[in-house]
Amino acid sequence: MSVLIDKDTKVLVQGITGGHGSFHTEQMLAYGTKIVGGVTPGKGGQKEHGVPVFNTVDECVAETGATASVIYVPAAFCADAILEAADAGCKLIVTITEHIPVLDMARVKDTLRGRDVRIIGPNCPGIITPTGENQGCKIGIMPGYIHKPGKIGVVSRSGTLTYEAVWQLSELGLGQSTCIGMGGDPIHGLGHKECIALFNEDPATEGIVMIGEIGGSDEEDAAAYVKEHVKKPVVGFIAGQTAPPGKRMGHAGAIIAGGKGTAAEKIRAMEAAGIHVAKNPSAIGSTMREVLG
Amino acid sequence: MKIHEYQAKQLLARFGVAVSEGVLVTDAKEAGPAWDQLGTPLAVVKAQIHAGGRGKGGGVKLARSREETIAEATRMLGMNLVTHQTGPEGKIVQRVWIEKGSDIARELYLAMTVDRVSGKPVMMASREGGVEIEEVAAKTPEKIFKETIEPCLGMQPYQARNLAFKLGLEGTQVKEATKIILGLARCFLECDCSIAEINPLIVTTEGNVKALDAKINFDDNALYRHKDLEELRDLTEEDAKEIEASKYDLNYIALDGNIGCMVNGAGLAMATMDVIKAHGGEPANFLDVGGSVTKEGVVGAFKILLSDKNVEAIMINIFGGIAKCDVIAQGVVDAAKEVDLTVPLVVRLEGTNVKKGRQILEESDIALISATSLDEAAKKAVEAAGAAR
Repeated sequence: MSVLIDKDTKVLVQGITGGHGSFHTEQMLAYGTKIVGGVTPGKGGQKEHGVPVFNTVDECVAETGATASVIYVPAAFCADAILEAADAGCKLIVTITEHIPVLDMARVKDTLRGRDVRIIGPNCPGIITPTGENQGCKIGIMPGYIHKPGKIGVVSRSGTLTYEAVWQLSELGLGQSTCIGMGGDPIHGLGHKECIALFNEDPATEGIVMIGEIGGSDEEDAAAYVKEHVKKPVVGFIAGQTAPPGKRMGHAGAIIAGGKGTAAEKIRAMEAAGIHVAKNPSAIGSTMREVLG
Repeated sequence: MKIHEYQAKQLLARFGVAVSEGVLVTDAKEAGPAWDQLGTPLAVVKAQIHAGGRGKGGGVKLARSREETIAEATRMLGMNLVTHQTGPEGKIVQRVWIEKGSDIARELYLAMTVDRVSGKPVMMASREGGVEIEEVAAKTPEKIFKETIEPCLGMQPYQARNLAFKLGLEGTQVKEATKIILGLARCFLECDCSIAEINPLIVTTEGNVKALDAKINFDDNALYRHKDLEELRDLTEEDAKEIEASKYDLNYIALDGNIGCMVNGAGLAMATMDVIKAHGGEPANFLDVGGSVTKEGVVGAFKILLSDKNVEAIMINIFGGIAKCDVIAQGVVDAAKEVDLTVPLVVRLEGTNVKKGRQILEESDIALISATSLDEAAKKAVEAAGAAR
């Protein structure tokens, strides 16, 4: 079991003929992901790594029955791509692209509010459900081989820091049910709280790792939810304990603004909710190991 | 991207925001003619730097004559202005804005930004203008009035009127303030601002409403569609090492510690800083080389790290995903040949092509300390920095 995706999820790739789109389509196929189609306007009829290419998402969904889309198109065209996927009926839209203007995402979110569609990202590594050799579902750019099938759900705002945490878990024999990279932008799709709620409902997930960072209040919202609803053990880490205020630390959303969004206040909120916070990032895996007993 | 006050005022004026007439001066010789041109009994001479708190540092002065204007402009141009936002090193003043003075009856606050919780822009107003708004927000949040803006629709006139009345304005002031508020909102949305602030927004003794100061930051990710705004960039206000880093698509932020770090990914880069600190070291920088880093990028990163004289050890932490360990390793070897590596180097590689990467490092003749985990790498870097001292 898993959340949001499994080995049978039919996925389409927007921007499949571009450099990143093409490279990662090949990687996703190798991992076992059911990539059923791709979209690049004007290149309909071609094939990319054996996958049929369509001119529009609408056509692609009608022909292939894809329910999830992953977006690799350049930032300037992402708002359009997300709305196109939503209108074509995709239920899950994963946007990998970084550097999308904030107001574009504000408009996209506003337009899709209340609709039956889930957004992951932007500026994220994607989502992965490991199911064993060459039969998992990876929608994104993470290195597949570090993930092992198992019972830990992982949600994170970061890319490589998630790989670090997943690697620690796998080394300790703690496989993952699903790992979700929610992205590092200030306005994004699913947040920590929504993902933790999904893991909480998932019978196959026995422990949850949440990796946050400075900026915003996603972690505080999630902590309040955990306190109220979650019985499964939750391990957390917050990156940016040493970050100076007022500086954007790589991610557009990672900024301490007006004294708000510090690591200290997030850690306080999480600990108050019973979340086991690892102070050292190299102890994320071992903390989960200890908590599970 | 940040811009100067005078640029923000000129931009806001295009959106119908009332501002005072002024002249930009980069040479003290221009100050006299500026006074003549303004034809005013009272001028304000304002140093233009990308930081707030200029008044307290002596960067904002009133002038009541041609001579005073020249004297203040002469004093400010070239001065090192230190404010609570510049840090102790301060900033050199290269531009001075001279504008007509105003007689102030009331100072108000007005700003627009994006609220992360609702995911929508929000316009904030307060009767407590001219002070640190963060303090007002922390101590008396009820004194800040807010209107949430529908991003697809823009700010509506009734929302601007709501704020104008809550600010206690009356008569023609309401109309003037409404125009300013709507203009600020249009500017924010049309120019992709990340913050647009008028502090203070004043009511003059004659009863007019106008922007006395203005601060605008733009969303860097949207600059591609605003070529005209990009021209407002003042590179002299930015950190030289950060500009150099941006040429290689590196994300670099200078800090004041002794351990230089090179990491791929922003979250891991922050976590690396944290673990260095946990072992008693101080990070000298934040540096994210990104996912699609090239050999040239690694070489560039090395040069930037070594140009910081406080650096006593360098720690490289790479978790290869899209970035491949062998590419990074080759970059490290090439860089070590090109630059004179005078400090200990600790390297931790993991992820995509890690075996190839480690092999490249082993076969090279550069002296390095290798580590297998993040924790071990940080510990070794801190020890190496201590030993080097």
